[in-house]
Amino acid sequence: MDYSSFLQMTEEFSLLAVMVILLVYDIFAGEKSHRYFQPVALILFAAHTLLTCIPREAFNIAGGMFQYVPMQTYVKTILNIGTLIVLLQAHKFLNDDSNYIKRGEFYFLTLSTLLGMYFMISSGNFLMFFIGLETASIPMATLVAFDKYNKKSAEAGAKYILSAVFASSISLFGISLIYGTTGTLYFNDIATLFTGTPLQLMAFVFFAVGLFFKISLVPFHLWTPDVYEGAQTNITSYLSVISKGAAVFVLFTLLVKVFGNIISDWQPILYGLAVVSITVANVFAIRQQNLKRFLAFSSISQAGYILLAIISGTALGMASLVYFVLVYMFSNLAAFGVLSVIEQKTGKVQMTDYNGLYQTNPKLSFVMMIALFSLAGIPPFAGFFSKFFIFSAAAQQGFYVLVFIALLNTIISLYYYLLVIKAMFLNANENPIEKVTSDFPAKISLVICTIGIMIVGIISTFYNQIAVFSFSM
Amino acid sequence: MDILNNMLSGQVPIEAYLGVSLIMFFAGIYGFLSRKNLLMILVSIELMLNAADINFVVFNRYLYPGQMEGFFFALFAIAIAACETAVAIAIIINIYRNLTSVEVGELDEMKE
Repeated sequence: MDYSSFLQMTEEFSLLAVMVILLVYDIFAGEKSHRYFQPVALILFAAHTLLTCIPREAFNIAGGMFQYVPMQTYVKTILNIGTLIVLLQAHKFLNDDSNYIKRGEFYFLTLSTLLGMYFMISSGNFLMFFIGLETASIPMATLVAFDKYNKKSAEAGAKYILSAVFASSISLFGISLIYGTTGTLYFNDIATLFTGTPLQLMAFVFFAVGLFFKISLVPFHLWTPDVYEGAQTNITSYLSVISKGAAVFVLFTLLVKVFGNIISDWQPILYGLAVVSITVANVFAIRQQNLKRFLAFSSISQAGYILLAIISGTALGMASLVYFVLVYMFSNLAAFGVLSVIEQKTGKVQMTDYNGLYQTNPKLSFVMMIALFSLAGIPPFAGFFSKFFIFSAAAQQGFYVLVFIALLNTIISLYYYLLVIKAMFLNANENPIEKVTSDFPAKISLVICTIGIMIVGIISTFYNQIAVFSFSM
Repeated sequence: MDILNNMLSGQVPIEAYLGVSLIMFFAGIYGFLSRKNLLMILVSIELMLNAADINFVVFNRYLYPGQMEGFFFALFAIAIAACETAVAIAIIINIYRNLTSVEVGELDEMKE
């Protein structure tokens, strides 16, 4: 058999090369050269991001197990940039004495989850998809439990792994029923054989649970706040942006490519999930005092908004989904970046601690403000445009009531985002958090995020580039 | 006696296997929701994973005898389940070291 066609998987091989180099470096480097581990890792990963960012022709390898379309390059590049920002923000945390020895593991585990997401995105077969899904979620659990001596971290790790395996075993049962009713595992063949018999519908519902869990939509969201609070802040940001971004893209492609025949059956399911996710998450977010829990509920409601793009199932929906993920990545990582800088210095994450932050840390407050404005969808920032495209994608297919409910909910979400901004700028505080100077990599990451929030919305090249390669049924 | 002989010598119908796997699956879900010990929860999840594996093998053997896809998927799923169990047990051991208990009720550090 000719294996040379496998070399076309350049993204995967390049990431694998980075992982292997870092692993060998971590094991064999001496005390002295070990000091350069993080800069080398960051440079290697940045090089990987740059090298793999050019879309290529679509191709299939291994008989359709691995299917590449140009859109995937954009999604993978977005995930790469997000991972790079997270790694920059984690730089200081990994230089602490207690974590110094674990740096190699952190990089290896993070990048292996990313590799799993790559395979999940490019899969053309349920076996490939399932392996990718598990490669993305098992190392994630060890990352969540990264701090071995912290009770909260251990508890979050247990909650994550048990609910993740629970969800994926339901998903696996669904895949087995899909196999039983169609006799194949290839997406292209299933698409024609999946006609919507009752057993197939049950199989679809079982299967979808696994992805809904990863996106943390409302009936499947119960792990989210606890895990987000217990995990280390940088890992939380990775979990909330990268892992979620990959899962929503895969959900869209699967629903359209594989389950396109039963669109009239899955649209009502997504409709209900979107309404419940946005509303419930907003209501719960209002009463959060811990900012990490607050951002957890905010990310659940953002996931609900993403469903508006998926429900349309059109090319416009695809483009607006990828665009939304890009903008959401910049805004959420900016918010988490500020949070992690302050938490690493002072250990404070409560909303009351942020009272009067503007007096001492005007720059950090500014970044936090535009990040929250972007998440809420206020016009000059990118968040407004991404929400606008998503609403128009749903409205184009006639989901006017859904769009109306989502619009009402943006008003509620504006209220709780403004609560944080009010705490930072208006609330008086006798002794606010002292002046925090962030380290150089964290500064770079915050600057990247700020620039992203500012220009991605205004410069239309981003959206147009994405829209060129978007596909639908 | 004839009936017994028939049952013993004839082929087991596919429904019997599917019934077993379905019962295993829902017993797993029930166990996951009702058990109070982390290890027992893990055992319940294993039941669910194995139910899916039985399904794959049975569908392949009875409905699509010419193929190997279902067998391979079952093999891969078993390997993945082993990884999951390994990681989950490592995390549970870590919890035991921190809390000296593996009861679900003890995991209440984060509550609203």
